[in-house]
Amino acid sequence: MSAEAVTVRPEDFKLRSHEALHDAHLRSSFRGAMDFLIERRALQFPDLQAFERLRKMGEQVRQHALNHLPDLLETLEANLTARGVQVHWAETPEDANRIFLDIAQRHEASLMVKGKSMVSEEIELNHTMAAQDIECLETDMGEYILQLDGDRPSHIIMPAIHKTKQDVAEIFHEHINGAPLTDDVNELIGIGRQALREKFGAAKIGVSGVNFMVAETGTLVLVENEGNGRLCTTVPDVHIAITGIEKVVEKLEHVLPLYALLPKSATGQAVTTYLNIISGPRRDGEKDGPQEMHLVLLDNGRTQAYRETRYRATLQCIRCGACMNHCPVYTRVGGLSYGTTYPGPIGSIISPHLVGLESTRDLPTASSLCGACGEVCPVKIPIPDMLMKLREAGRHSVTESMTPPSQALVGQGTVRRLGEVLAWKGWRLLYSNAALYRLFAWLAPRLRWLTPPVQAGWTQSRAPLKPAPQSLRAMLAQRRRDGGG
Amino acid sequence: MSANPIRDADARARGAIFKRLRAAPAGEPVAVPDVAGYYAARAVPQDESRTARFIRHAQSWRAEVVETTPADWPQALAGVFADKRPARLLLGRGTAIAETVAGLLPAEQLRWYDEPLAGIKKELFDEVDAGITTTVGAVAETGSLLLHPTPAEPRTLSLIPPLHIAVLHERQIFETLHEAMSTQRWTDAMPTNVLMITGPSKTADIQRVLVYGAHGPKELVILLIRDGGGA
Repeated sequence: MSAEAVTVRPEDFKLRSHEALHDAHLRSSFRGAMDFLIERRALQFPDLQAFERLRKMGEQVRQHALNHLPDLLETLEANLTARGVQVHWAETPEDANRIFLDIAQRHEASLMVKGKSMVSEEIELNHTMAAQDIECLETDMGEYILQLDGDRPSHIIMPAIHKTKQDVAEIFHEHINGAPLTDDVNELIGIGRQALREKFGAAKIGVSGVNFMVAETGTLVLVENEGNGRLCTTVPDVHIAITGIEKVVEKLEHVLPLYALLPKSATGQAVTTYLNIISGPRRDGEKDGPQEMHLVLLDNGRTQAYRETRYRATLQCIRCGACMNHCPVYTRVGGLSYGTTYPGPIGSIISPHLVGLESTRDLPTASSLCGACGEVCPVKIPIPDMLMKLREAGRHSVTESMTPPSQALVGQGTVRRLGEVLAWKGWRLLYSNAALYRLFAWLAPRLRWLTPPVQAGWTQSRAPLKPAPQSLRAMLAQRRRDGGG
Repeated sequence: MSANPIRDADARARGAIFKRLRAAPAGEPVAVPDVAGYYAARAVPQDESRTARFIRHAQSWRAEVVETTPADWPQALAGVFADKRPARLLLGRGTAIAETVAGLLPAEQLRWYDEPLAGIKKELFDEVDAGITTTVGAVAETGSLLLHPTPAEPRTLSLIPPLHIAVLHERQIFETLHEAMSTQRWTDAMPTNVLMITGPSKTADIQRVLVYGAHGPKELVILLIRDGGGA
């Protein structure tokens, strides 16, 4: 198995998206998939007023939870601990990986089976475990295909959307012992099912993500269609769940509006096959379920988003991917171009907190601000507004006046260039001083011939910028002299 | 577990995370979400009975629904067995259905879930081709089954065998999941696992082609005992 995944960096967004735009195969598969998801989602919300009532409820649940986040996390920890779940805290991906490694070593585990978890991708769990000779096997069909091929997910809900059935046929034939070469999708899923069943039976540790955590009951809620999540959380002796600290809600019933929104927004399904509600490991007398259960709660920049009320709504996200499906930029450049765990509009507002604004500086600009992402968001995250705030944070160091006043983000002011700052200062000076402005207006048309014919990116597809041959003021004066109106 | 560096790192991380969260300014106050009020205010369709809606939705997810009566359900189940021909049926001991089910198949075709998973795992993955469970209820608006796995009927009973047969009483069909969890007061004593199951397992991960039987059951048969309610 190729454990080494292709390295894609957010710094290369412009280059990668340029390449992606010229990849006709990728563009048509993405376009087809996104149109399909958009249409299916629309069918789930035929009544816009009912949708608005539901998402208002979803927003309220998430905002209420974030308003009480530290208290809810304490309650959650106490209730989970009382139910026999070991709760771990990790500030960084390194912290989280150390926790996984420690548990794996204590159980002498060489194989982990894993259900779909974006947070595990955020910490590069597979990669880190592989370096310690521990195989961390993806069991979601899409993720499994990508792992076999050493590729990365391009969509958070449909990770292998960029692969065709012919691609999958070749990947299975090459990597799974005795797999015949077939591009019949039913047979392919059957091959994957059989190959993975052996692993479910053999693995000592099962890893999963979490969709929602319930503080008042000490409960983890998992949403899935395939059943691999249930297998990972039930069959191995040890279950390790990992998620971000923001995923908690107060009450069990608070999960319901979020669950009513999640699959409809994600894939246009009213419900998933499984809603798996777990409140602790195997109890005395029970015959299955893990004997040991852990929850790893990851910060990794979430407290930075939380610290400022201007960015906090980012944490309302329930990871449905609707903003991506509806984004005209994402639809064209695909998820891989972003070089981040979370692509698309939501990724562009989360990633700067997770990995800093320096490497992700281009992502908040990967938007036409058309507003589609904000309109479809099931928990009403004002994504375009957040994108604007991050653009501002990229161009302004904190010492400058930002309203309201703000603490520095990691990488704050990274796009700020002295030349540009001076240019704007000069512009302000010119336009606020009449004498200087008159001098400038007299000078500019006369120095017109000095403007360069190539002006950075501007002239790639536009005529060069030049001062007009005559200023407006001079033109008006001319007309008056000529006796015009 | 005494001096454990991981424990210490945990405690340090916990302290730092809480310090940052506690230092953050308060958000705009929002009202406590009234989820019960939201569900109470929603209109329930009146043109179709709750049971009919349950059946229609369950079938739309590819579940097979076999309707029967409190008196005839053993024969109806025998009909399901005749149709599906399970070679080895896994079942739990001491449930409301156990004795009747056991009377319908020869003993060698029955596998009782008597020991912990470790002892039965290989057989469960390789030989058992059907599992039968009771349910604690169902949800009409989505066509979903509700299960609380127990020592008699563990979690894997409805998960690993390719065919899942579930016995449901009509009077336990609720309109919404919210109605089910509040009427049955789940939060008073949360079971280790609660499942809402809607149709057989599925995936559309390869070119969006929908395939049933991804990792869980390929087929789901619901034996619906019409015992009133569900109006």
